[in-house]
Amino acid sequence: MKLKFAILILLTLGALLLFPMFGSTDILHDQAGMDILLKIRIPRVLTAFLAGVALASSGMIFQALFRNPLSTPFTLGVSGGAALGAALWMRFGSAVALAGVAGTSLAGFGGALLAVFLVYGLARAKGGFATDTLLLAGVAVNFFFSSLILLIQYFSDAGETFRMIRWLMGGFSVIGFQTPTNLTFFTFAGLAVCGLLTREMNLLLTGDELAGARGVNVNRTRKLLFFSASMMTGAAVAFCGPIGFVGLMVPHICRKLFGADHRNLFPAVILFGGFFMTACDGLARTLLAPVEMPAGLITALLGGPFFIWLLLRGKS
Amino acid sequence: MSAVIQTNNLSLSLSGKQILRGISMAVQSGEYVSIIGPNGAGKSTLMRCLLGMYAYEGSIKIAGKECSATDSKELAKTISYVPQTHDMEFPLPVFDFVMMGRYPYLSPLAPAQKKDIDAVERAMDVTGTLPFRDRLMRTLSGGERQKVYIAAALAQETPVMLLDEPATFLDWKHQAEVMQLLKKINADCGATVIAVNHDLNSAAHWSDRIIAIKNGQILLDGSPSDLIQPEPLEQLFETIFIRKETLAPATES
Repeated sequence: MKLKFAILILLTLGALLLFPMFGSTDILHDQAGMDILLKIRIPRVLTAFLAGVALASSGMIFQALFRNPLSTPFTLGVSGGAALGAALWMRFGSAVALAGVAGTSLAGFGGALLAVFLVYGLARAKGGFATDTLLLAGVAVNFFFSSLILLIQYFSDAGETFRMIRWLMGGFSVIGFQTPTNLTFFTFAGLAVCGLLTREMNLLLTGDELAGARGVNVNRTRKLLFFSASMMTGAAVAFCGPIGFVGLMVPHICRKLFGADHRNLFPAVILFGGFFMTACDGLARTLLAPVEMPAGLITALLGGPFFIWLLLRGKS
Repeated sequence: MSAVIQTNNLSLSLSGKQILRGISMAVQSGEYVSIIGPNGAGKSTLMRCLLGMYAYEGSIKIAGKECSATDSKELAKTISYVPQTHDMEFPLPVFDFVMMGRYPYLSPLAPAQKKDIDAVERAMDVTGTLPFRDRLMRTLSGGERQKVYIAAALAQETPVMLLDEPATFLDWKHQAEVMQLLKKINADCGATVIAVNHDLNSAAHWSDRIIAIKNGQILLDGSPSDLIQPEPLEQLFETIFIRKETLAPATES
């Protein structure tokens, strides 16, 4: 276990140090290169890292909450909700003219919460949190939100629409440290709450009854976890767009390598989530250089088949 | 002998429906009590009340302290619980699962101490689950899994253990093993055992006392031989049990 963690830490540090060096422009020789490194590459790598941490951890939390390895921010409709909130803000928010960046993320956060409560309510009304109920509720909510986003796009001008579409692909094209700083705040707040609740998450896996009998205040713990996972997802999606499947793939792979005990799983998911997202973004930037693809495309291309494989494997 | 659990006029309504109506009972330390009754009588609800999961009316005193006024972590050091087992979809090793019985004793960030690991190993030794300590929960058979759940409750080192139908879904061999294990825990470890049981025969065979519940009320509270009589059984289950005199005499031909 220690060796595995050592390797994971090295991988993560390596990715954080190396990926800013790669890209379509040679940065080592002049002042312009230095500017690119400091104002574009490093903030971008940090943003990708934080978004990876946030999405992967919230995936892990939702899976513990619903006792279901297939629930993720994406399949539960949380990303869709955040996207809707952010799209609404992009269309109407600028007219309200509050602090721009924080506005998008607050709206995204609101949308994420709305989606969680909708899916939670739908699943509860159907009488449980079985895989099919959850997936169906999530898909339904996602569809509904997508159509609302389309509606908003229809009533927007070409510029706004293009911004939304480009944003919906998910990516980390940031300039300066404003975005990573904001994201750090939301992510670390969420991580701190969950870091104190790793044993509670373990107990939730065994069922509410048994968790309650072992001293967990089930209702309060559930609400805390819900809120912090939605906050992390909402922030990540609002700043970087709905990047799918990270919250599914990372916890799953980590569970294979580190087991389901959240005391090991949680740090592993944080490290691997950050590494994975940084690497995906690195690939997205360099594969077709000088064209920079959105990182969301890479995760979706990897994640779609992975999800299908998981579903099929579960059935057999 | 002192009452480790005492309820007085315990009542509970859930979403407008009254489930428990004035239950008053006392369980002495070291007793083995079975709770029986038809489906929907309120047996499982009574258990959850004892675990502090509902806001009830009346009083529940556990080791002298009012249940609703006790912090849930403190309560978890007095009462352990074995639910009807579920499938575990996550790859959780048996040892880690039993370790969860120690969680009430651990603060959020502290690792497990030697005494916790010792308690887990003792519990696994008593229940015979040590041979599969590294296997994943989802690879266990029903009987093995039930013993692991009991091991986790045992690792909790509580004076009282509650069980919800510990043997109902097992085959005969495993039913007998689980019931013998509970008797051993009751006799050797001195734990007070309270089990909801569907199987009259096994309840009568294994327990010191039987509490029969119907419509949220105690119908009978006494020794197994008090209960296993035609009248109380018919009253409890509202069905005619076969009695000698109701059988038509064989006619000679």
